[in-house]
Amino acid sequence: MVERSHVTADGPGVGAIRISTALRRPAGRFGDRAFKFVIAGGALLVVSLMLVMAYELVRTSWPSLGRFGFNFIWSSEWDPVRLEFGALPFIYGTLVSSVLALVLAVPPSIGVAVFLVELSPGWLRGPVSFLGELLAAIPSVVYGLWGIFVLAPWMQQTVQPFLRSTLGFLPLFQGPAYGVGMLTAGIILAIMVTPFISSVTREVLAQVPKTQREAALALGATRWEMIRVAVLPYGRSGIVGACMLGLGRALGETMAVTMVIGNRPEVALSLFAPGYTMASVIANEFTEATHDLYLSTLIEIGLLLFVITLLVNILAWLLVWRAGRGTAAGARE
Amino acid sequence: MGRERRRQLINRLMEGLAVFSAVVTLLPLALILAFLIYQGISYINWDFFTKMPEPVGEAGGGMANGIVGTLILIGLASLIGVPVGVGAGVYVAENGHTRLAWTARFMADVLNGVPSIVVGIFAYTLMVLPMRSFSAVAGGFALGIMMIPVVLRTTEEMLKLVPTSLHEAALALGVPRWKVTVRVALRTARAGIITGIMLAVARIAGETAPLLFTAFGNQFWSIRLDEPIAAMPLQIFTYAISPYDSWHAQAWAGALVLVCLILVISVVARTAGRGRFGVVR
Repeated sequence: MVERSHVTADGPGVGAIRISTALRRPAGRFGDRAFKFVIAGGALLVVSLMLVMAYELVRTSWPSLGRFGFNFIWSSEWDPVRLEFGALPFIYGTLVSSVLALVLAVPPSIGVAVFLVELSPGWLRGPVSFLGELLAAIPSVVYGLWGIFVLAPWMQQTVQPFLRSTLGFLPLFQGPAYGVGMLTAGIILAIMVTPFISSVTREVLAQVPKTQREAALALGATRWEMIRVAVLPYGRSGIVGACMLGLGRALGETMAVTMVIGNRPEVALSLFAPGYTMASVIANEFTEATHDLYLSTLIEIGLLLFVITLLVNILAWLLVWRAGRGTAAGARE
Repeated sequence: MGRERRRQLINRLMEGLAVFSAVVTLLPLALILAFLIYQGISYINWDFFTKMPEPVGEAGGGMANGIVGTLILIGLASLIGVPVGVGAGVYVAENGHTRLAWTARFMADVLNGVPSIVVGIFAYTLMVLPMRSFSAVAGGFALGIMMIPVVLRTTEEMLKLVPTSLHEAALALGVPRWKVTVRVALRTARAGIITGIMLAVARIAGETAPLLFTAFGNQFWSIRLDEPIAAMPLQIFTYAISPYDSWHAQAWAGALVLVCLILVISVVARTAGRGRFGVVR
């Protein structure tokens, strides 16, 4: 240690002072600065990455933004030949398929979370949540493959005829059954977002204080009554946040949806009809977009998607944050 | 006692529903894995790993270029994602109170929520347009960006689990602060950080959307970094939406291999990460 102080320029040669400079670790000072510089650079890079991304999206979609303005969102014209573009069918398809996915995914997701936190025997908890993680790890394109060859034919031959014969009086379940379409996309999306919603919900429910439960049980509540009056209301904002996180996932999901939604830019009321989503149109047409304005239009759709998912995710984090811990539990992965 | 019985009945019903929903959620996993194995297993042989794709209509052939391409893309992505993620993670863990740390953490969460196709557009405008060509580098860049948030957050959490007493002991011995971080904290947290990196790799290995207009795919053998490169997810996609039966078979086989790869990485990561400092979620 004393040895080190020799190399410093500022350390006077007196013994006692030498030691005190040694305690300030002068040799480490340069290393500390350099190291901090490097890691701060990493953090700065992450921040600037997001800013550059936002900037690039706006910059490259500028021609389209200037040409179509707000009309872009309301117009349903999509004619690459005449360069007339409107994003309504895609926005509609993205919203409907995602909302449909949430409607289908939320009840079972909460059910699984309740099962894992309140009912499951200890030995089963690990395996069930592990399988849930595996479900989340399967790539989107594999879901799509399964959707095309297994789910869509099954929908066409079994589910859609059944729905038409029982609920066919609703406009939602009318028209020819193609197999591919909005409903099939919604189901695939529901399968894909369930693991996310349930894992965040599970963490939220695990945060509910034991005293809440014990108080309810002490008043003579059954287990379900305890869950209903003490656990679920306590975690409500966190559960809503979990659903929003799932929504964020569903909105931006690309491959699986592209493969089963049918890719037809139309606004149709029936869930059997083919649709198109914002992510799918980018995936399908980006490399074919020969004209600059066409490309710019597709990037503007990407920008819209970026902004929408950003807002949904931020809202979700606020809700999950409020539900308890200081970190956005499970917001990653 | 009718009221009491009704309450018990509802309780039973609801418990049953919770169990039922657990079964319903896991059923697709079983179905997907079953179909992957059922459809894909018979096409997996030595050729699949060593041969190039055959032209349409000819049976056989393999995905050698896609497999190698995917490995190259993962390598390129790690070159970006790991240093940036770990570096930023160390900064955030050690300077948690600063505004930069807060912002970086927030931006990482935001980045994690950005749809992968949008990341692809970003890589396109930043890499493909200036280079005037689709390339492996652009694909690796897109995937690397997607790795950062996961690596950052696991690094941060693993470092926070390192006991303060270890830091203090090293500092008391006069070790410079940065050496304490590198030699003590990072080394102690190594297993957890590696787990995080592997989970990030598992996450990007199957990504397709960000590669569509960056790596682009390639029917031929190419390992050049400045040219379009094949990738398994892209090939699965192309084959799946094609009208040819022989290609469908290849798609199933490819999907089976890809899923096996990803599941093995995730399982190994999780069991290896179950060390002294707890389990990574």
